[in-house]
Amino acid sequence: MDFKFDKQHEMARQLFQDFAQNEVKPLAQEVDETESFPSETVAKMQKLGFMGIAIPKEYGGQGCDPLTYTMCVEELSKVCGTTGVVVSAHSSLGADPIYMYGTEEQKQKYLVPLANGEKLGAFGLTEPGAGTDAQGQQTKAVLDGDEWVLNGSKCFITNGKEADIYIIIAVTGIIEKRGRKIKEISAFIVEKGTPGFSFGTKEKKMGIRGSATYELIFEDCRIPKDNLLGQQGKGFGIAMHTLDGGRIGIAAQALGLAEGALEATIEYVKERKQFGRSIAQFQNTQFQLANMATKVEAAKLLVYKAAKAKETQKVYSVEAAMAKLFAAEVAMEVTTKAVQLHGGYGYIREYDVERMMRDAKITEIYEGTSEVQRMVISGSLLK
Amino acid sequence: MKIVVCIKQVPDTKGGVVFNPDGTLNRGAMLTIMNPDDKAGLEAALRIKDETGAEVTVLTMGLPKAEEVLREAMAMGADNGILVTDRVLGGADTWATSTTIAGALRNIDYDLIITGRQAIDGDTAQVGPQIAEHLDLPVISYAQNIKIEGNSVIVERQYEDRYHVIKAQMPCLVTALSELNEPRYMTPGGINEAFEKEVTVWGRADLKDVDDANLGLKGSPTKIAKASDKVRKGAGEVVTLDPAEAAAYIVDKFKEKHVI
Amino acid sequence: MSLEEYKGVYVFAQQVDGEVSGIAYELLGKAKDLAKDLDTDVTAVLLGSGVMGLADGLAEYGADKVIVVDDKELEVYRTEPYAHALSSVINEYKPEIMLVGATAIGRDLGPRVSARVATGLTADCTVLEIGDFTDMATKEVLPKQLLMTRPAFGGNTIATIACPYNRPQMATVRPGVMQKIAPITGAKANVIEYNPGFTPDNKYVEILEVVKSVADTVDIQDAKILVSGGRGVGSEENFKLLQDLADVMGGTVSCSRAVVENGWMPQERQVGQTGKTVRPSVYFAIGISGAIQHVAGMEEADIIVAINKDETAPIFDVADYGLVGDLNKIVPQLTEMLKAEMAGK
Repeated sequence: MDFKFDKQHEMARQLFQDFAQNEVKPLAQEVDETESFPSETVAKMQKLGFMGIAIPKEYGGQGCDPLTYTMCVEELSKVCGTTGVVVSAHSSLGADPIYMYGTEEQKQKYLVPLANGEKLGAFGLTEPGAGTDAQGQQTKAVLDGDEWVLNGSKCFITNGKEADIYIIIAVTGIIEKRGRKIKEISAFIVEKGTPGFSFGTKEKKMGIRGSATYELIFEDCRIPKDNLLGQQGKGFGIAMHTLDGGRIGIAAQALGLAEGALEATIEYVKERKQFGRSIAQFQNTQFQLANMATKVEAAKLLVYKAAKAKETQKVYSVEAAMAKLFAAEVAMEVTTKAVQLHGGYGYIREYDVERMMRDAKITEIYEGTSEVQRMVISGSLLK
Repeated sequence: MKIVVCIKQVPDTKGGVVFNPDGTLNRGAMLTIMNPDDKAGLEAALRIKDETGAEVTVLTMGLPKAEEVLREAMAMGADNGILVTDRVLGGADTWATSTTIAGALRNIDYDLIITGRQAIDGDTAQVGPQIAEHLDLPVISYAQNIKIEGNSVIVERQYEDRYHVIKAQMPCLVTALSELNEPRYMTPGGINEAFEKEVTVWGRADLKDVDDANLGLKGSPTKIAKASDKVRKGAGEVVTLDPAEAAAYIVDKFKEKHVI
Repeated sequence: MSLEEYKGVYVFAQQVDGEVSGIAYELLGKAKDLAKDLDTDVTAVLLGSGVMGLADGLAEYGADKVIVVDDKELEVYRTEPYAHALSSVINEYKPEIMLVGATAIGRDLGPRVSARVATGLTADCTVLEIGDFTDMATKEVLPKQLLMTRPAFGGNTIATIACPYNRPQMATVRPGVMQKIAPITGAKANVIEYNPGFTPDNKYVEILEVVKSVADTVDIQDAKILVSGGRGVGSEENFKLLQDLADVMGGTVSCSRAVVENGWMPQERQVGQTGKTVRPSVYFAIGISGAIQHVAGMEEADIIVAINKDETAPIFDVADYGLVGDLNKIVPQLTEMLKAEMAGK
């Protein structure tokens, strides 16, 4: 078991770090203050292939492994949580399901432009009445001749309105299973601009404020029959498997936020002087940093292990759940401690740590709350 | 069209210098980068490749570790990488270095050779023009813009207070300024491709038409008599005062030193 | 051809548009010292077209002889005809030392010529003197060598270089480093006309256009007081604060490389490794971090005043007086106080 990265991965990390420092970091504060979607940065990343890192070259991607993709989200998130999630949601939730479940035609039509950077992707599962209880879906899709007709709404959708291609989960019927009536759920590919598909509220959020979080509204929205993704009735499984991959991306985002906060804090405590010496010389500071660094290191290993599992295993739900659960909680803890160690300045928006703390909170919630992750992990233990 | 770009791996002096406890430079501890002027030259070559489909080869002379800059160049889009490395080539001044690189270039088919104007460690700006001399090629230094027109290059050649627009027939050599352009990033896929390719490694034996008397430390006409760490002007007084006090402090010092 | 047969200290007298560049006079000043130690004389090498009239000026600044190569091919600087001319002069007249300015011309011409005549070239020398060189391998001590001292490795090391087994010993020197002598008015040049013949070949490139920079007649190297700004100044408009200070002190505004890259100031104002080397009496480094490449261009200033809000900025390691604080508040205060102080005089 080798814990060192090879030269290729080192170079990839250098690439992501340079890009993050030069292109992303200078805009992070402004993106947060003005709640603006970082379109220029996204355009640059699209040109460099960052939006299709783990998609094979034959479908317009860069042909790298999940680990390389994970490092990209990590490095971006170190300087800007918003930019990290744009890439993560697009890649894991928008593009990956088409790669895993799409027909050859669907891959050519939708996956290629997503992977090569022409188009942005998103994923719509959550509804006002269906968060953790995803089965509480109410959005319906009814087959009418050669078209599916969608009615309903989705909320809290990342990359909403900015994205061109959406993976939408909807109820396609009621079926009987072991004497009980349950919903038949399917997955669809819906393009922005389709008549009947509109956008509602843009959410005002605590953190990742530059991320476009929108309500999606479907009113007799008609899409071609061929836009069914995967088999009819398999939509829930597709959504869950997609989320497994997404959780690795979010775990990377959380890891990045924690690392960014830790680095900023180490710099700060060396500079800040009180009582005639730098606060880095006080044992409390030192011990806090030691705890933070150790937790970040542990989170790192879980995240990279989950990325490796995605590369080598068919099923990686538990690895993904553990990584996301731990990294998110570490991110929240480390960013909060970072603010504390900055003292008064930690509360001031000119310093990055307060933004990192606000950004970190959502990692414990979206793409499966920490409670859901615990359900997944314990479920596998008690099979 | 075939372009060869000569690049150098250099310690990153911009990030700050690392010293050993005895005051000497700790090169091993410093990050290495592709020399900025060279990177701009590479970017210029890649832009020509984008427009005309030219083939871009990168060449470097250095320690085995220098292969890293070749990989970086290939990850940016260069087609081939050549590493010239050999114990006997070490310790070379610009004469011996240019002789070595010219010896390597004689094995290659090229229309245009691009080098950086100067490296941030040596800062001599000599190797480019000297390579041109050894190969009997026209040289245009200090390029702030490069265009291809048929069989010629059109270059904006920078001087202190003006620039010349120069036309030269290929084959020729151009030295690039880092102001020439904004070099592109590597791509994640490009990195993988770079490592899938073979880097050609050449030693002394592969150099064409060169004399051992002109290589390495022994073959360098300039010799180091002595080297020491710069005794820098030391730090003076540093104060943190409010603006009015700070201004008054300076005014007093100026009066003291008869500046005013 | 033995090394002893090479005699004389030669200086490349750079001229542009019929005007001798300042660096030529500076090099002549240093050449006089070197020639004295070597018991020989100073020769200026003047290349151009219709430049005979410049010879006497060179004599006034120390040239005992002036070799003039006057040819139409040399009207505007191009590497090849100039390299051909200068290397022909070297091969014909065999100087023991050849000095060239480290200018955009010199740093192209110098290396090409040194390679053509198969000798060593040392760039950007800050000190030139005659002394002994000890060969480390043979332990032999060679007297009367040109010892060329230059910064290396981004300015962190000082190296002294010799060229003991090749002639001429060639060095380039940056403008503003050496001193020209007080001119000997009425000195007449001992002119030697020489023309090696010019046969255009593929290396004689074509000049399609000469584009002069928009008139920035200010030469920061002439200034006694420089008010220099870096990235910390924040914007082109904010340089007004520095201009106000410069006006009060009778100084000139200069800048760091970052400022030129941002387009706030033209390249002519840049101080540093890839800009100009300056030696003013007072150098204000305002909002400048003090990266090695910048410091190398200004550390010889008599008094360095640094203003920066970051107390860890390396500029404070070379400043005589360092003020940690907000330049936007300090500079206007300083300007006001100096104005009052000078008005009171």
